[in-house]
Amino acid sequence: MIDRLTEHRGLDSFDIRYVALILAILAIGVMSIYSVAHGQGGTAPYYLKQLIWIGLGAAAFLVMWASDYHHLARFAYPAYAFILLMLVFVLFEGRTSKGAQRWIALGPLTFQPSEFAKLILVLVLAHYYSKAPRVGWLQRVIVPGLLVLPGLLLILKQPDLGSGLSFVAVYAAMLLMVGVRSQALGFILLFSIMLFPFAWEGMWGSLHDYQRQRIMAFVDPDYDPAGKGYHALQSKIAIGSGELLGKGLYGGTQSQLKFLPEGHTDFVFAVFAEEWGFLGVLVLLTLFVALIWLSLEIASKAKDQLGALLAVGIVAMLCFCVVVNIGMTAGMFPIVGIPLPLVSYGGSATIMTMASLGLLLNVKRKRLSLFY
Amino acid sequence: MMMTAHSSESEFGDLHRRLFILRVGLLLVVVLLGLRLWHLQIREGPYYRDLSENNRTRLVLLEPARGLIYDRHGVLLANNVPSFSLYVTLEDVKDREVLIQQLTDLLGFDPALVRKKMTAKGSKLLPRKIKDRMTLRDATLIESHRLDMPGVMIQVESQRNYPGGVTAAHLLGYVGEISADQLEKPEFIDLHQGSIVGQYGVEKSYDRHMRGMAGQKSVEVDALGHEKKASVVERPQAGNDLYLTIDVRLQKVAEDLLGEEQGAIVALDPNSGDILAMASRPGFDPNVLSRELTAKQWVEIVQDEGRPLNNRASQGQYPPGSTFKIPMAVAALETKTMSPASTVFCNGGYQFGKRLYHDWKVSGHGYVDLHNALVHSCDVYFYTIGQRMGIDVMAEFGKDFGLGKATGVELPSERSGIMPSTAWKQKAKNEQWLPGETISAAIGQGYVTVTPLQMASLVGTVANDGVSYRPRLVQAVMDRTSGNLQELPAVPRGKINAKPETFRIIKDALADVVTKGTATKAKSSMVTIGGKTGTAQVAALRTGPEENIPKKFRDHAWFVAFAPVESPKIAVAVLAEHMGHGGAAAAPLAKEVIETYMKLTPQVPAVTSDLSGGNGPAHSSKDS
Repeated sequence: MIDRLTEHRGLDSFDIRYVALILAILAIGVMSIYSVAHGQGGTAPYYLKQLIWIGLGAAAFLVMWASDYHHLARFAYPAYAFILLMLVFVLFEGRTSKGAQRWIALGPLTFQPSEFAKLILVLVLAHYYSKAPRVGWLQRVIVPGLLVLPGLLLILKQPDLGSGLSFVAVYAAMLLMVGVRSQALGFILLFSIMLFPFAWEGMWGSLHDYQRQRIMAFVDPDYDPAGKGYHALQSKIAIGSGELLGKGLYGGTQSQLKFLPEGHTDFVFAVFAEEWGFLGVLVLLTLFVALIWLSLEIASKAKDQLGALLAVGIVAMLCFCVVVNIGMTAGMFPIVGIPLPLVSYGGSATIMTMASLGLLLNVKRKRLSLFY
Repeated sequence: MMMTAHSSESEFGDLHRRLFILRVGLLLVVVLLGLRLWHLQIREGPYYRDLSENNRTRLVLLEPARGLIYDRHGVLLANNVPSFSLYVTLEDVKDREVLIQQLTDLLGFDPALVRKKMTAKGSKLLPRKIKDRMTLRDATLIESHRLDMPGVMIQVESQRNYPGGVTAAHLLGYVGEISADQLEKPEFIDLHQGSIVGQYGVEKSYDRHMRGMAGQKSVEVDALGHEKKASVVERPQAGNDLYLTIDVRLQKVAEDLLGEEQGAIVALDPNSGDILAMASRPGFDPNVLSRELTAKQWVEIVQDEGRPLNNRASQGQYPPGSTFKIPMAVAALETKTMSPASTVFCNGGYQFGKRLYHDWKVSGHGYVDLHNALVHSCDVYFYTIGQRMGIDVMAEFGKDFGLGKATGVELPSERSGIMPSTAWKQKAKNEQWLPGETISAAIGQGYVTVTPLQMASLVGTVANDGVSYRPRLVQAVMDRTSGNLQELPAVPRGKINAKPETFRIIKDALADVVTKGTATKAKSSMVTIGGKTGTAQVAALRTGPEENIPKKFRDHAWFVAFAPVESPKIAVAVLAEHMGHGGAAAAPLAKEVIETYMKLTPQVPAVTSDLSGGNGPAHSSKDS
């Protein structure tokens, strides 16, 4: 009875806050893309295209919100198989850009299967852990690890180090939520991934130039072909020169004069920080923390284990991208290609992130009032 | 034993505790991020602000090397030569006027021009081009004074060069800086202000293949604006090379034959559509046009009476005159309007309504059959069959031969000419077709216009018994990145639906035109030639002998030909503007072109050519 009554509630104030946060972050993204690339992208400027992606993302959000995650979880394995096929396809037939083969062309559009693979991985792992009590190291760690592996390897082969790391982060986060015997050890593992940027600064800083180049060449040979830290330096200058109040819209000399490459995609945070200063940065960080907080709220009040795990996986994915992207633009982390969720230009990432958030809200919609 | 009895409930309880830890950890990370940003923006903010305002890194574009152009035997037609350009970054210049003075003193630059370029709109931080095509001496002079002139930079760039000068200028075209209009277009999306693109000829139509991709270099300069170190961020990618179908030796002969006269000569291989030569006179020097021209120079070229930029071979539209009798003859036989043997009596004129249409031979040709009508170019015969068939049947055959539509050759702004019909006149002029107009059209006057290229293609189609190919200029593209030579296949354009017998009769007649008809001046001791003369009327009314008429009102001379008659290897169309009768003015030129081609590509008897792997002209290797 209770179940039935609560299951079909409409929007409440929680949902509205949640949606408002998402919209606010999206607006910051469009504004920054507009600022840095208003003359670029030909007849369809990037900010316009991004608005289209957001429109499609909103549709994905609503579909996910209206669906039932229990039904979706049932399709987790076939969906994973499908996306693996796409990842194989992209290796052979994909579009190459900047040395990496990540895109599949569909007529005039291109899309990036590795983005969607992240969300599907969350579904797969949540489904796996909630279907039966998974006992022992083999069932808890090894088998899901083997599930993650093919996708991870295919993504690393592209090479897309950023998406690969997100894969590992999602796996680690969900593993810890179901618990392993040495939990303490596990948490250290997770936080060391998250704290890696800070540790990196010290460790990386002590290496010689040529050693760094060797390591980077090994990890991701194509990202920074100049190999002179040009990209990282320009990004740091952009952020730092924003100071407290920023240089104002269009005022960012670093990004406007093209010293800063990829200003509308992976380095959009630097553009925003340059033009809006530390105050703007605090606003954006607060928005992200609030969004993640509400998402964790959903996770802790989920009706069942499947819902909780889905929520945790999505939150982990979101957190990881936000932290690593800001960390890399702020020069705390080597540059790996990870976009800032909801802010960076990009069709696949925007649609995937919005769909994930819709799924989170679906978990909340289906929860039992019993937990209140 | 709690750990082994994993009930879903106990696990769920744990979840809340773990989520709590996750939240704490997350807050910690966000606080650290905030601290880092505080450090960057507040504590070190002024330092980075200073760095950004004096950002000493300049991104310099590295222009790609444009693809080269070769003729069918690998003779170089267009390449790039190094040239020195002078760039100035205003941000690094201490005193603009002092610099202008220095440049004027050292190199004799026009100070007003330099000042104009320096004050033009644009970023102070990006190097701007002040002068290109500097001599090595000037560039060295600047380099040796570089320390006195901060902000000045010499960049080696490639300059388009056409070693042949005016040779094949209309085909090759020229290059130039991209215009503001072009920058707006989607096909130039990757380009930027100052990019060099093809503006005419194959340079334009194959621009996408030849242009390559620009690279980037980041240059660090010190506080005084001196270049400190440079690193390549992205290497430029060279464009692809083109192999044209023309034989530059034949091209030169064709151009020299026209000499100072205005006109066009097109020679093509009827077995593939390969254009062997395409001359148009007067011409221009693409080396001059590929440079930055002054407004005055440009006006001079555009306003030239002879319109040297016009490619008369593909853009000149002329009445075909009697050369139009070739498709007319095919139409007459195919529609059975005439049998080969039936005759028409020619008394020197054809009465239609109130008007008498004259034959060019006032005394008349007497009884003529189709063969003799072609050989002696009897107008009355064709008036008669034109009248019997009607304009729409003529138009149908004309269109089959490619008249009235562009051939599709890879040149910009090709014109299509006009193949009139009742529907055409209704559409173009909103008037009804008059019966008298059919009679003019029957001998290629009136509304009918064609380009020399269309006529070469037409006579080639007849020579090839109705099988036709799209005329083409590019036979292969060499991909610079992969190193692959991609041979482009000939493009078949279908076959004219006519009996082999029809083509045999017409080719016999065309051979006799040369041996004993209107074009005996094209008779060659080397090779059998078939052809047809034509005269395109310029002014409707003509009185007195040709010599008394001012040259610009004299008729155009046409001659279309193919050779050898037995197994055609070359088809030629010659149009000489204001040169009078085709037999006298145009036919000898066609003969020269054909003989030259036969000498250049020794004919191997068909049987042995098969054994030796096909060394015919159509398969000539490109690397000789």
